[in-house]
Amino acid sequence: MMDDFWWITTGLKVLFVLIVLLQVTPIMVWVERRGSALIQNRLGPNRVGPLGLIQSLADALKFIFKEDRVPGHAYKFYYFLAPLISLIPAFMTFAVVPFASSIMIDGREVVFQAAEMNVGLLYIFAIASLGVYGIIMAGWASNNKYALFGSLRSTAQMISYELSMGLSIVGILMVFSSVELGEIARGQGEILFQLGPFAIQKWGVFIQPVGFFIFLTSVFAETNRLPFDLPEGESEIVAGYHLEYGSMKMALFFMAEYVNMFTGAAVVSTLFFGGWQMLPGMPLILDSLGFTGMTHEWTRVLFEHLSFGMKVAFFMWLFVWVRWTLPRFRYDQLMDIGWKFMLPLSLVNIFVTGMMIYWGVL
Amino acid sequence: MSQIQPVFFYFFAGVAIAFSLLVIFKKNPVSSAFSLVMVFFAFAGIYALLQAHLVATLQILVYTGAIMVLFVFVLMLLNIKNTPIDWKGTSLIRIGTTVGVSAMLAVFFIVSFKKANFVPASGLFSPERVDEMGGNTQVLAELMFSEYILPFELTSVLLLGAIVGTVAIAMRKNKRGES
Amino acid sequence: MQIQRKTDLIQKFYLREILTGLFITLKNLFFGKKVTIQYPEQRRQYSNRFRGLHYIKAVNGVENCTACMLCPTVCPANCIHIEAGERDDKEKYPVRFEIDILRCCFCGMCEEACPKDAIKLSNIGEMTQAQRVVYDKQMLMEQRGSKL
Repeated sequence: MMDDFWWITTGLKVLFVLIVLLQVTPIMVWVERRGSALIQNRLGPNRVGPLGLIQSLADALKFIFKEDRVPGHAYKFYYFLAPLISLIPAFMTFAVVPFASSIMIDGREVVFQAAEMNVGLLYIFAIASLGVYGIIMAGWASNNKYALFGSLRSTAQMISYELSMGLSIVGILMVFSSVELGEIARGQGEILFQLGPFAIQKWGVFIQPVGFFIFLTSVFAETNRLPFDLPEGESEIVAGYHLEYGSMKMALFFMAEYVNMFTGAAVVSTLFFGGWQMLPGMPLILDSLGFTGMTHEWTRVLFEHLSFGMKVAFFMWLFVWVRWTLPRFRYDQLMDIGWKFMLPLSLVNIFVTGMMIYWGVL
Repeated sequence: MSQIQPVFFYFFAGVAIAFSLLVIFKKNPVSSAFSLVMVFFAFAGIYALLQAHLVATLQILVYTGAIMVLFVFVLMLLNIKNTPIDWKGTSLIRIGTTVGVSAMLAVFFIVSFKKANFVPASGLFSPERVDEMGGNTQVLAELMFSEYILPFELTSVLLLGAIVGTVAIAMRKNKRGES
Repeated sequence: MQIQRKTDLIQKFYLREILTGLFITLKNLFFGKKVTIQYPEQRRQYSNRFRGLHYIKAVNGVENCTACMLCPTVCPANCIHIEAGERDDKEKYPVRFEIDILRCCFCGMCEEACPKDAIKLSNIGEMTQAQRVVYDKQMLMEQRGSKL
């Protein structure tokens, strides 16, 4: 199994994922700045390069050349380790997300997924739960009360929302009876019901709408994005866990946040929006192109990549969009929503899904 | 695959032992806790090498992702000071005895395991068979919800009891504090 | 203080309110009138009474100033330094006229005090320099941003 072919394809897949993930941050910083500006009736950065696209590069350059300042009261070793600890899990999680279906090369199936793992979704949860260590470490090593408050808040928030996040997808797992993301994406290609010429696919959002909303909210909380960005509430605790961080170390926290967002968006689109399943209309275009053989296959894979990319892009935009629309929740409201509303709701969702499967509705 | 396995095993085992020692010898309790996280990681690596991916994942999910986070949380809140070990009270004889006994125990275990001619018992679920049956997760899930449904449910009841007990104790203490 | 607001069930559920908010921000994104002034190319129109960079009014290349020393006297920041001299036709004139612009508080008192309408404050608000600059007579004689 582990011959040259395997090594080459796996290497290429890992490289592809890594390159995409590294591009996420600069692009998203640009989207965030331009998006927020346009929403607030401003223009945003539009000078560096066309439409200000090179702005992120300039930012990165600035971060690299900034003075690497270390506060004297910090625990040095953990202070330096913390940004890395928060960045590495963010990059690791994407490994099990499929970004297209499979293709036959030389009579061998190549799956577009960096690691095809039996535990799939559990792996994502396991690794994503490690991201909190970076934040704890940062808060503690900074040796600053506001940083510690930020990291404590973040920890409490992440643990609370991990529960409803995990429970909200149980419904999906029950319907597709698998935790492997590739299988779930494949299962969503089935047709739920035919509406004249339009076939409604068995996307997760149609069969698990409640689960979808709970999961989406939890993803917002897990990635520390507004309206749940309590860990860095500027007005209350200055900047939270990355208060004492500057230059590239701060940028690493930034990167971790955006890569986490990207993984979150990818998981949401895989679980609830069909993953790499083509968007409505795309199969028709593919057929009308009239390719055959390998060309057809490669075009299909390209279309699937495109569909997946568009879905993920939409959710990335949703993150930005929501951030500049909603104000921050109060901390007790956050905990109330998590424990008193979403947790019972997701339990009810599991129960109802179980009943529906038992009666053969799903 | 089987050729590279020993390398990884010794790597993870080494990491586990090294960080276990750090857990004990680090003066700062939070550093000890972080070292313990690394130990759990190494364990997860070893489980993964044994083709038990689910156990490895659960190890990370439950121990590193949840339990140790709470541990670190509590340690940070308690704000324990670095206490240097007071060597004055311990006599040299006591230290010598401890080291000697542990060394003897180690030798005893190594010799007895070598002598025992230990043949690993291969049960019903070898890696190959598990793969045939649809992978770790499926096999475990099916077993849990068929053959072992009663112990599984009873465990959850036990956990629920523990939660209720904890809350009850905490609430009673609170009331006493108020009055 | 707890403010009691009347909320119905749908509002408590947040979802409809969030969607309304999202719609409003999207409307602003596409159709909102952008208020940004693209600075070096576009500039804000200042009022005619704006007090900016100083200049000395000159007629046919000869400054109006007679070095009467009223402006350094009235200057609260003490930033005007004048050295008086005499021209060939026995007329008093400033040999040196310097303004330490970093000390200037742009109060405009010099302009008010001047009997000859010589020192004036223009509309120019940008005066950043790479190094500390004392505005000398030659510089002040350039009729930059002249109001008349």
